[in-house]
Amino acid sequence: MTPQPIVDARAIHKHFGALHVLKGVDLKVAERELVFVIGPSGSGKSTLLRCLNRLEEPSSGSIVVDGIDMLDPRTDINHARQRIGMVFQSFNLYPHMTALGNVTLALRKVAGKSRAEADALGHAALERVGLADRAEHTPGQLSGGQQQRVAIARSIALEPRVMLFDEPTSALDPELVGSVLAVMRSLRESGMTMIVVSHEMGFARNAADRVVFMDDGLIVEQGPPAAIFETPAHERTRAFIGQIQRH
Amino acid sequence: MTTWERFLDTFFNGKVMLKYLPDILSGMVVTIELALLIVFSGLAAGLALALIRSLAIRPLNWLIIFIVDLFRSLPPLVIIVLMYFGLPYAEVSPSGFVSTWLSLALVLMAFSEEIFWAGITSVHKGQWEASRSTGLSFGQTLMNVVLPQALRLTIPPLTNRTIAITKGTALGTVVAVTEILGEASSAVSNSYNPSPLMMGAAAYLVLFLPVVVLARRLEKRFAWKR
Amino acid sequence: MIQTFFNVEIIAAAWPIVLSGLLNTVLLSLIVVPLGLFGGLILALLASVKSPWVRWPLMAWVDFFRAFPPLVLLILLFAGLPFAGLELGGFACVAIAFFLNTGSYYGEIFRAGIESVPQGQVEAGRSTGLSRLQAMGYIVLPQAVRNVLPDLLSNTLEVVKLTSLGSVVAVPELLYQARQAQSLTYNPTPIVVAAVIYFLMLWPLVRLLSRLENRALAGRR
Repeated sequence: MTPQPIVDARAIHKHFGALHVLKGVDLKVAERELVFVIGPSGSGKSTLLRCLNRLEEPSSGSIVVDGIDMLDPRTDINHARQRIGMVFQSFNLYPHMTALGNVTLALRKVAGKSRAEADALGHAALERVGLADRAEHTPGQLSGGQQQRVAIARSIALEPRVMLFDEPTSALDPELVGSVLAVMRSLRESGMTMIVVSHEMGFARNAADRVVFMDDGLIVEQGPPAAIFETPAHERTRAFIGQIQRH
Repeated sequence: MTTWERFLDTFFNGKVMLKYLPDILSGMVVTIELALLIVFSGLAAGLALALIRSLAIRPLNWLIIFIVDLFRSLPPLVIIVLMYFGLPYAEVSPSGFVSTWLSLALVLMAFSEEIFWAGITSVHKGQWEASRSTGLSFGQTLMNVVLPQALRLTIPPLTNRTIAITKGTALGTVVAVTEILGEASSAVSNSYNPSPLMMGAAAYLVLFLPVVVLARRLEKRFAWKR
Repeated sequence: MIQTFFNVEIIAAAWPIVLSGLLNTVLLSLIVVPLGLFGGLILALLASVKSPWVRWPLMAWVDFFRAFPPLVLLILLFAGLPFAGLELGGFACVAIAFFLNTGSYYGEIFRAGIESVPQGQVEAGRSTGLSRLQAMGYIVLPQAVRNVLPDLLSNTLEVVKLTSLGSVVAVPELLYQARQAQSLTYNPTPIVVAAVIYFLMLWPLVRLLSRLENRALAGRR
């Protein structure tokens, strides 16, 4: 691992009332690395992801992303978030805007680009996800897979340093999953640092640098995909992978 | 004279109508002024309260909820009467026009705040998260992402409520506002003939029927997808 | 200030008058609400007839009364009808005007409710041998009313508030009696008391409604 991780989260705890969801998680991610986070539902993997860009406020711990202390109250969180893209399970596209409008909103409002500049960058981003011809469509006119690719374009248009994927294919019909994974693969090839929470084990196997297995608010073990999938060290990991693969 | 002719002569008397037409027309102008003032100030105040409420400052929200509840519970005529006949005892004497305007604007504020607020809260949490994750601030998210969706959702209930409250301008007649009904009523007592009242009724239809029909169309267009 | 707007002695003196007004407001509400509901139900049932010869006049009727301020309707009856030799009195005029006005509003609400019940419900009922009317009464209406309960309650709140218009035609309801007491005592306290009574009487309904409406809108995303 490089000496300077781009994401450095230490001792993250998160309580939801009486519920202790994250119990001291450390996660370092190197530049250009693709980290895959797996684990049973309720293990805290989505919460961890949402803490990294502070959509969720961690109860304690420290998070540094690209040299910015995310938990420092003096940090301009809106500026910092531009460097951290996020893709959601339910896409969360803005239904009242076109695909291009979705992609350019933050470019104009946060990055301060002119409309013409933002439109050019927006078109380029849509091009990268293979939807250049859908710029003027509204989310309602797009398939689930296309919507998710627009959501990815919305993030990459801001040229983030890190991308977070929160179960990006879980809400998709099986035949649409491939197109989204293809976009993610091309992002990876372009050198994007990515943290992915997902159940797409096939994608994890041949695209991930590292697989992290979480259970009950803790990282149980992590390592290269082959090691985690073929020779897991922990009983819980073995049980989980066995379960997943039976499906 | 046949009964029908007598009926026409009583309720649609041409001479009386012609004589009082200018009065009714000037009443229409007052009604329109009053209605526009109520709609703009009431909706603006309602939207402002809903936006303040979205900041989620506890004591402030309790106050907003109380004010909204208060003006939803009180009959508009009671508020008007209280302002016009009550406030002078406190050395403030708003005119009938101002009393009617403020009272109905407050009522519209209360109802529209409730509707705007319901619209804002009905926008999915994921919309907030997606927008905030791209670096938009709370205010930018509210204005660019949440409000446009919320407003679309609120259009049908809002137009209906606005029409119902704006029709209340007729209440101004109780506090001597010279709007349509006021003009018509005094014309009736001056002429001992109900024709001006029929004209007044027609004037209300001319003003409000197009709005009601328009509202019906809007309602279809923005109908909830169930 | 309190001496002026909430004078205890004046409250005590005006109380019997105000109380009689409150009773009349309650009585008036108990008459006009069922009357409006009844009128609305008839309109809605007529609207379920698919013929355009019924639908269009019905829609015009409803829009007509939605456009017409209730006070204008009331004055028209109260001040206009005597010229036709028909003296009805304030109470009767209020009842008729409200039957026409609120009936139209209730009618729209019932219609929306009936339309919200899927056609399959009627078909299921008819397939078991129920008549059209039975299917409407036993299957459609109960579901329709449940679906539009918040709107029905909200309109009922408006109707109760509207009874204050009775004061304009000398019906001795709460507002009228409060105004009487005010002019007898040269003090605004009775009107303030009337406002407080309206508020206390209707606040629970407003609270309930705001909860129901929030839930309804949230469910319609």
